[in-house]
Amino acid sequence: MKFGVVVFPGSNCDHDAWYAVTRNLGQQAEFVWHDSNRLGDVDAVILPGGFSYGDYLRCGAIAKFSPVMGAVKKFAADGGLVAGICNGFQILVESGLLPGALVRNAGLKFRCMELQLTVATSDSPFTNACRKGDVLRVPIAHGEGCYVAEERVLDELEAEDRIAFRYVKNPNGSQRDIAGVLNRGRNVLGMMPHPERAADPLMGSLDGLSVFTSMVAAAALKK
Amino acid sequence: MSAITADLISSHQLTHDEYERICRILGREPNLTELGIFSVMWSEHCSYKSSKRHLKKLPTESKHVLQGPGENAGIIDIGQGWAIAFKIESHNHPSFIEPFQGAATGVGGILRDIFTMGARPIAVMDALRFGPLEDPKAGARNRRIVEGVVSGIAHYGNCFGVPTVGGECVFDPSYNGNPLVNVFALGLFRHDEIFYGRASGVGNPVIYVGAKTGRDGIHGASMASAEFTEESKQKRPNVQVGDPFMEKLLLEACLEAMRTGAIVGIQDMGAAGLTCSTCEMGSRAGTGIEIDLMHVPQRETGMTPYEIMLSESQERMLLVAENGREEEVFAVFRKWGLDAVEIGHVTGDGILRVKDHGKVVAEIPNRPLADEAPLYDRPYTTPYRPAPMEGPSFVTAGIQEDLKMLLASGDLCSKRWIWEQYDYMVRTNTLQGPGADAAIVRIKDTGISIAMSLDGNGRYCMLSPREGTKLIVAECCRNLSVAGALPVAATNNLNFGNPERPEIMAQLVESIEGMAEACRFFETPITGGNVSLYNETLGEPIHPSPVVGIVGLMHTGEPAGIAFRNADRAVLLVGGIGDCDAVRFGGTQYASVVVGKVWGLPPALDMDFEKRVQAAAREMVSAGMAESAHDIGQGGLAVALAECCFGLGVGAEITLDSELRPEYLLFHEGPSRVVISTNNEEAIVEVAKRHNVPVVRIGTTWEKTLSISNRGVRLATMEVEALRESWENALPAKLSVS
Repeated sequence: MKFGVVVFPGSNCDHDAWYAVTRNLGQQAEFVWHDSNRLGDVDAVILPGGFSYGDYLRCGAIAKFSPVMGAVKKFAADGGLVAGICNGFQILVESGLLPGALVRNAGLKFRCMELQLTVATSDSPFTNACRKGDVLRVPIAHGEGCYVAEERVLDELEAEDRIAFRYVKNPNGSQRDIAGVLNRGRNVLGMMPHPERAADPLMGSLDGLSVFTSMVAAAALKK
Repeated sequence: MSAITADLISSHQLTHDEYERICRILGREPNLTELGIFSVMWSEHCSYKSSKRHLKKLPTESKHVLQGPGENAGIIDIGQGWAIAFKIESHNHPSFIEPFQGAATGVGGILRDIFTMGARPIAVMDALRFGPLEDPKAGARNRRIVEGVVSGIAHYGNCFGVPTVGGECVFDPSYNGNPLVNVFALGLFRHDEIFYGRASGVGNPVIYVGAKTGRDGIHGASMASAEFTEESKQKRPNVQVGDPFMEKLLLEACLEAMRTGAIVGIQDMGAAGLTCSTCEMGSRAGTGIEIDLMHVPQRETGMTPYEIMLSESQERMLLVAENGREEEVFAVFRKWGLDAVEIGHVTGDGILRVKDHGKVVAEIPNRPLADEAPLYDRPYTTPYRPAPMEGPSFVTAGIQEDLKMLLASGDLCSKRWIWEQYDYMVRTNTLQGPGADAAIVRIKDTGISIAMSLDGNGRYCMLSPREGTKLIVAECCRNLSVAGALPVAATNNLNFGNPERPEIMAQLVESIEGMAEACRFFETPITGGNVSLYNETLGEPIHPSPVVGIVGLMHTGEPAGIAFRNADRAVLLVGGIGDCDAVRFGGTQYASVVVGKVWGLPPALDMDFEKRVQAAAREMVSAGMAESAHDIGQGGLAVALAECCFGLGVGAEITLDSELRPEYLLFHEGPSRVVISTNNEEAIVEVAKRHNVPVVRIGTTWEKTLSISNRGVRLATMEVEALRESWENALPAKLSVS
């Protein structure tokens, strides 16, 4: 399977994601430059962490206008798998591919730490390798990761089983402890924690790999 | 042309003699632009005029060193065709005036020093010194400075995408009016990817890349070379504003442009901006540079040549390309959306010639400007030492309370509040991050890892600059050794007061001599660094505060770490209990925090013994015999043991057998000691024996409590979790006082 890792000016977890899916997982991956309006022959897209275009405005607010996001939207509309990690999640909500918004952490500080997530649904191409209720050890590193949405939207996410991950101990004030959500088609995931940082035995946890192995399994099923 | 008056000369912090020297070099009087150019290049910050003759005493070579001092950063060989560049630099004065931007641009500056050589930055560490947070008078300001500095470092490093993997943070009243922000950065490259700041090849184009030039930071270098006075606060506009996103683009673009093969030389514009980069690049290559300022991208209108040459706007680089291949370079910078403009060319006459719309506005021979600043042999007497030799008599009110108090004190409490704001994991190489003795960063797919540590101790150095500095080098090497790494090279940041005062100059001289002796002995040559003088406010100097950053090499593997991992393991003290007396106890954290006084001398160091302890610890850890290993440093044995318990909540029963009084036994800071937990006691004892180092079994790990007794007398029994909480919560609590 081939992953496309999008590179925006200011992306800085692009190589980490690339390394996790190629070296740790043994799949293929290539970088896609932000001003490209085509994704090529990739089977899934990763929007990596970082500070796209500096993120001096709202995080992800500029990235949504980049040419590559047009291609990503089309790819997602056609059912392609799109995973947005950290800044990638912020870009997906700014682009309207996922509901809600990510605002400054409740403590107003950037926080980098290892923490625990529970898998809130196994019914998705990003979590099919897990069981609901599994606890994963995955780190976070963000200043604006507090997930907020209208009550109605939150109820809907729960009713439709679209919450992918929840924090065991909420680090940023996210409503209903939400760490990751799915779109209605379940083919777009956004999550603040960094699964690519928990994909190597030397990094202290392998739990993040399950997100990528799930994607590989889902893509194989589709083919 | 405006006449140069005596006032103008002194406002540029040049002496009359220095001015005469300028006139001799030029064969005429300088104009204002030239005066400005000389004043920044000959400032203490750029010329090291007070320290250079003493810096020469430092060892700078070994089989690992590929590049010693004099370039943007030192370079060492790490094997398999890989090399690392690293250096530490201060941004003390700007961080006091504007903490957030001052610290942020400190990070930006040192990162540029690294990638201008072709290396990709892979780790940053910070040594921070602040006034006490609970200081009755300066506390509120100190808290603001801490908040600003930490968020400034976080802002820049996180956005740039380099992990901040470690450092240290110390509080002392001597930093009330003069905090220290020293930033260390380390980068990785192949041997054949090294670039130097040399303007070679007459006729080659000189290209300006990156951010536009504004009026920010004018005279930053000379500001950093003067004492603080009441007027200093008015210098706020002098502090530069950082743009980490621009820097990230500059990094990627520069590394990509270097790969085209069209770049001859490259240097960042840091202190003294365009002035420093042009004359240094020319001087190193023995060439001249001619530029026309009308081509320099400018952020503001109406800037004078003086302002453009002296601006310290951030995120700018100067490069020299091969004639005829400019377009290859421009194409890369266009891709990254950056300005790249040809502003001049290399000449053969050795002159820095600055034009403005074709008219010459400055014409100075490069070499005297860059390399022939006046050097001073400043007089020195005996070091300033505001502490008595004899201390008060004291008796503990309870060892348990003492330990609690120490663990909640500024220097020893958990620094999680600080390092959680730093992304210490980005790039997925951090095997051991903040809060450990040393940080460890792996080099992917090579089996090589780099360990690094920053250390300083102003209190020791105040008591004895020479002994204190030797202890710092020893501790830094010990931190690497307990991580299993072999220390190979060092960088230094010398933070001192006003060198024109003989008793301060004496601190500097003795400290450098102590560093030279220790670095030679521990085989860690100094490959570069920074000197920050005039750290005084209203005549009050800081403690002499040399900081060393040492890097070590090791095989990639799971680190042992500080934390006790399992119950029922032997706890061993490699190096033995050590010794102490009333005078040597006066520099400890216990003296400072519990007794409330500082006196006497720093702990005694036997370098030969220290080296053997380090070799033994390194072998024990790298062979996997030690489940955990922790160096005993500030706070002594009891604090080290508590830290071993905190990581995973595993406790220990410690039973000592010593005739030392309990305060000395548990809290003396004698070096050359390492706490190890192991299920292979025999192997540890065997290794220690082979290195001729004593090892004492002092107890056994067990569940949940830390209990300490000596010769049957119980000194402390404490719940690890409760103790950990007070250690963990101390810093946020101190900061939230309003």
